[in-house]
Amino acid sequence: MQVSMTVNGQAVSEEIEGRMLLVHFLRDQLGLTGTHWGCDTSNCGTCVVWLDGEPVKSCTVLAAMAGGHEVRTVEGLEQDGELDPVQQGFMACHGLQCGFCTPGMLMTARALLDRNPSPTQEEIREAISGQICRCTGYATIVRSVQWAAAVQEAALADPGGSAAEPLRSAV
Amino acid sequence: MQVPAPFEYERATSVEHAIGLLERLGDSARLVAGGHSLLPMMKLRLANFEYLIDINELHDELGYVQVGPDEIRIGALTRHRELLESEALAGAFPIFADAERVIADPVVRNRGTIGGSLCQADPSEDLSAVCTTLDASCVIQGSGGRRVVTMAEFHRGPYETAVGSGEILVEIRLPVRSNGSSAYEKVERRAGDWAVVSAGAAVWLDGGVIADARVGLAAVGPNTTGIPAISQALRGSPPSEEAYARAGAIAAESCSPSTDMRGSEEYKRHLANELTRRAVRRAVGRAQRSIDGKGV
Repeated sequence: MQVSMTVNGQAVSEEIEGRMLLVHFLRDQLGLTGTHWGCDTSNCGTCVVWLDGEPVKSCTVLAAMAGGHEVRTVEGLEQDGELDPVQQGFMACHGLQCGFCTPGMLMTARALLDRNPSPTQEEIREAISGQICRCTGYATIVRSVQWAAAVQEAALADPGGSAAEPLRSAV
Repeated sequence: MQVPAPFEYERATSVEHAIGLLERLGDSARLVAGGHSLLPMMKLRLANFEYLIDINELHDELGYVQVGPDEIRIGALTRHRELLESEALAGAFPIFADAERVIADPVVRNRGTIGGSLCQADPSEDLSAVCTTLDASCVIQGSGGRRVVTMAEFHRGPYETAVGSGEILVEIRLPVRSNGSSAYEKVERRAGDWAVVSAGAAVWLDGGVIADARVGLAAVGPNTTGIPAISQALRGSPPSEEAYARAGAIAAESCSPSTDMRGSEEYKRHLANELTRRAVRRAVGRAQRSIDGKGV
């Protein structure tokens, strides 16, 4: 069957089997290997992408279900050559060790901050509760998201000020 | 790599279209909504279908929480996240928010639906216990029209429901009665897991006594279990620790858990007792506070 959708703002159309999962469509058909393929059972969350703006586990969504819809992957976080604040936060606060869970963590964190710009530590932990870091680096992941929230908030309050500096210079 | 066996994908664009497809394709077809129960089963070859009919495009038609004077109506394609975020639902039935907070995880809740949860008919499924507790009814639509069944009629056995060939669950109706409240208690091994045991309770007070009560348990038998003996035992009793203990004891005796990797039969009976007490106690506390006008 033919499936067409928008991925990171680009229209794509591919011939696929009905049973193809979204994670394999992104990785194998489109070559977007930033989205990781982990447990295959919707437990680990490394395959999280956005479907129409909401994080979903792409190992448990058919590519065909995304037909006609908008998908955003970790490759779509960077804007105009600048990493998203959550990506910068993960760099600044050592939010990754092996990096396997990172794409899913980043997509969930971005969605959280879009809804709730200054989440508590508990709210961050709740948001990523469906995602597993086997390096067990949760403390630094939470810190990374808090870093992104603080820097974003400062940048919004004073766009030209020094608090926004990390956003401009972290890359 | 786990992928389902080959099937043909069809997309329904309306309830009538979905019913038409089901009638044309027969038992070789299955509806898929969130897919977070069905797709894992298909990956494991526990379920195989020639056709999957994707009904996610019906969300505009079947994704709603409608509040009426006597009942709340929930569209079958309402997602867990929407149920958790519905203030109307939380106000009328706090049991929903209690349960939704511990169903899977936030990302899965973006996809899963109440209709899918009920139609999966897993004995450990939380919303089935919630709907049993609240005496919900289910609206099933086929080409001949709609019919309404109780939760007891809806669940025929593990993974079996009253939804027949060419039919689709379209709505869940929850009767609203005054001076009541509800609560849900679940023990799980880790965040997002299925229940070891969970208990829902709904109570209605009148003049300082329990006028009526309902308890629904998950994961302690072939289906979500409503326990009428608890309702009988609590009706007319003043709210007290003795009454909660009686309810808990009846729950432990009346359920039929089995030993598995989540716990022994004995432990599950202990949980059925303890969680029933906690749920009834919490529901009574909430009902008293709302009657006293202090809010829930």
